[in-house]
Amino acid sequence: MVHWSAEEKQLITSVWAKVSVEECGAEALARLLIVYPWTQRFFSDFGNLSSPTAIIGNPKVRAHGKKVLTSFGEAIKNLDNLKGTYSRLSELHCDKLHVDPENFRLLGDILVIVLAAHFTKDFTPACQATWQKLVGLVAHALARKYH
Amino acid sequence: MVLSAADKTNVKGVFSKIGGQADEYGADALERMFATYPATKTYFPHFDLGKGSAQVKGHGKKVAGALVEAVNHIDDLAGALSKLSDLHAQKLRVDPVNFKLLGQCFLVAVATRNPGLLTPEVHASLDKFLCAVGTVLTAKYR
Repeated sequence: MVHWSAEEKQLITSVWAKVSVEECGAEALARLLIVYPWTQRFFSDFGNLSSPTAIIGNPKVRAHGKKVLTSFGEAIKNLDNLKGTYSRLSELHCDKLHVDPENFRLLGDILVIVLAAHFTKDFTPACQATWQKLVGLVAHALARKYH
Repeated sequence: MVLSAADKTNVKGVFSKIGGQADEYGADALERMFATYPATKTYFPHFDLGKGSAQVKGHGKKVAGALVEAVNHIDDLAGALSKLSDLHAQKLRVDPVNFKLLGQCFLVAVATRNPGLLTPEVHASLDKFLCAVGTVLTAKYR
């Protein structure tokens, strides 16, 4: 059973309140595909991913990034039940999408960097620690139903 | 994983922009690492790890100095970091996973202090560089 302190919940909700899910999601997914290009293997039907510029401008990347981060928003509303929140998505990523869970950890790290760039000084060490904890737990929840 | 000419240019660009503040970036990265990944503190039982610790600042300066040295000899990382590689293999024996953790925190430090610097392309190059440094430092472990 995950424990969240009041301070951690505060750090999560206050950051999330100022995040544009569409912009942040698009940026995080684009950076994942640019920084770790092997992750492009899951998106062969996304069209042009041939350069950082192409990836950033790709409408399918933007749309999918928004989808992914919207799901993150659900996690934040259900911090005490991440397992339940991600149960169905975990099965999907294993059985249908065949995504190595390591990719969830990579995306989580990228998301933290995107938030850091957005919030600069306000993204304190305590804030980073809380968000790394959150992305780690989301990755864990998404991997939980793998078999 | 090989650093391309563009990667080297990007990394040199980052460190030239950071300039004299590299020490602060180093200390910031360490502080973030200790806060985010508490297990990393096990390598510093002899340190005061409290906020503003002079020892952490000093160590951050050391780490930053090594990165700057590596950047200045980016065509021969193994040569530039050879002594540090020996030190980590024989004396420090920091588990290899920890280099990735410090790398993540260094990227976050750059992102918070100089977000404009960390374009996706530069982010990719810097991440590769930090991985390469970690690889060299653990190359002689066994």
